[in-house]
Amino acid sequence: MRLTIADVEHVAALARLGLNDVEKERMRDQLSSILGHIAALDEIDTAAIPPTAQTIALTNVMREDDVRPSLSVDQVVANAPRRSGNFFEVLTPLGSEEADS
Amino acid sequence: MTVPLWNLNAVDARAMLDRREISAVELTEAHLKRIEAVEPILSCHIEVTADNARVQAAAADRRIAAGEAASMTGIPISLKDVLCTIDAPTTAASKILRGYRSPYDATVVRRLRDQGAVFVGKSNTDEFAMGSSTENSSYGPTRNPWKTTTVPGGSSGGPAAAVASGEAILSLGSDTGGSIRQPAGFCGVVGLKPTYGRVSRYGLIAFASSLDQIGPFARTVEDAALLLEAIAGADPSDSTSAPVPVPNFRSEFKLDLRGTRIGVAQEYTVSGMEPGVERAVAEAIAQLEALGAELIPVSLPHTKYALPTYYITAPAEASANLARFDGVKYGLSIEADSLREMYERTRGEGFGPEVKRRVMLGTYALSSGYYDAFYVKAQKARTLLKHDFDEAFTQVDAIVAPTSPTVAFPIGARTDDPYQMYLADVFTIPANMAGIPGIAVPCGFSNGLPVSLQVLGKAFDESTILRIAHAYEQSTEWSSLRPNLAS
Repeated sequence: MRLTIADVEHVAALARLGLNDVEKERMRDQLSSILGHIAALDEIDTAAIPPTAQTIALTNVMREDDVRPSLSVDQVVANAPRRSGNFFEVLTPLGSEEADS
Repeated sequence: MTVPLWNLNAVDARAMLDRREISAVELTEAHLKRIEAVEPILSCHIEVTADNARVQAAAADRRIAAGEAASMTGIPISLKDVLCTIDAPTTAASKILRGYRSPYDATVVRRLRDQGAVFVGKSNTDEFAMGSSTENSSYGPTRNPWKTTTVPGGSSGGPAAAVASGEAILSLGSDTGGSIRQPAGFCGVVGLKPTYGRVSRYGLIAFASSLDQIGPFARTVEDAALLLEAIAGADPSDSTSAPVPVPNFRSEFKLDLRGTRIGVAQEYTVSGMEPGVERAVAEAIAQLEALGAELIPVSLPHTKYALPTYYITAPAEASANLARFDGVKYGLSIEADSLREMYERTRGEGFGPEVKRRVMLGTYALSSGYYDAFYVKAQKARTLLKHDFDEAFTQVDAIVAPTSPTVAFPIGARTDDPYQMYLADVFTIPANMAGIPGIAVPCGFSNGLPVSLQVLGKAFDESTILRIAHAYEQSTEWSSLRPNLAS
């Protein structure tokens, strides 16, 4: 498994992760190496094996839909880098390249 | 010779507090002084919360005086800095969360707070608990108290080294692929990863949600059991915490192991394993037999696939969990002209190299065209790993293995080759994949550094592995040995 710089750039874009050129090259080499080790899984035939997502026998844990106290809005937005009153402030997503991707 | 107060275990400290032979304030001051003495050498903590600890200790003394002490009242505890605390910053050792103040306590923290525990600080970890040496902390590495040029293991290197060096009597870490057991082994203390679902993960900064579990570090098995009892049990805030009763894990403690069937799996040796580790673990297994246990060979045939399976599953879950660090709600935020550029620059500057690697690896494994070949393949391999344990546990009560293939390695020795670093967890990862509990207990030394025996158990049967580890510990002197640091 050998990744290209284009592969790295594609995945970094999906992950919204800014990488400089040095990081891209290192990532290409290191991820290629790690994926080489991971390829050991190809040895096992899993065609008839069901997937496991979690290990305990709990399904659909329900609770009463009661109104309960929660954090105040002030507590929730207290860590916001940019805050506007009771809101998180963000740059506009509409009309930007974010909206197209 | 009197034991210095910072070297007391929790059970003895509890007895002395309850008899008023010592006060919680004295006990806390002794630990804060110990922190002052050894912290400049070891760097176990990202933040020492001395002022809070003093207030909590005074409150604990009032509670003890009122006759209302619980098991953790007045006991100095260190918290891995991935556990949210309302009264101290929570950083996950990442630049992206520097200065973050959680608006709530993790459930484990709240439970200990309700008992009147004393929190001495937030301890160091690999960034977002991703690593095996604590070298990935943006605050710099923690050093191993047994030899300060070596790593303490990781990711919970801070909590492990803090307990080993007497900075705290107990600590809490988290274990996604071995991050409690492996550093416990490297630092010569006891570390327990509970069954997935045994302890609420609410308020634990998520790494890989199907694998993460919070658990105790202690200098004795009994202390680890005591702390597990204090934090375990279902929590309405975590729907994956299991509604399984929490027993007194110490009630079955005995000094012999007659009638206990212990499995030994030949898959738990790998090439490159340190001879001194192999020898110490073999001697420990012989000691279990001498204590009356019946040793039974078992096979866990898919063990060698655990590491590759983990390095798809864990990064995949991490890449989704870490999407929340977007420069909007909390933490670092880099100004930019567009929203997309703000995301990319914030995450590019805020995450360290290992976190970036895992986000990339996970995103790749989940991306269109690769999802089936990687993510689904790993989920299927996970079924086989779990099945191996299910089969083995039809024949035995527990399985023993080395905790790690080597003792603590030198700082810097593995940082250039990520996969070499990942191999440090080769014996601990299978338990996370299967969701079963595992405990690491000191079992000797190799080249002057601690070796650790791992005992793996059936889901929700922590009692059995604690019983085995306790009987072993009581029959050997390893757990009573302390590193020789300046005092």
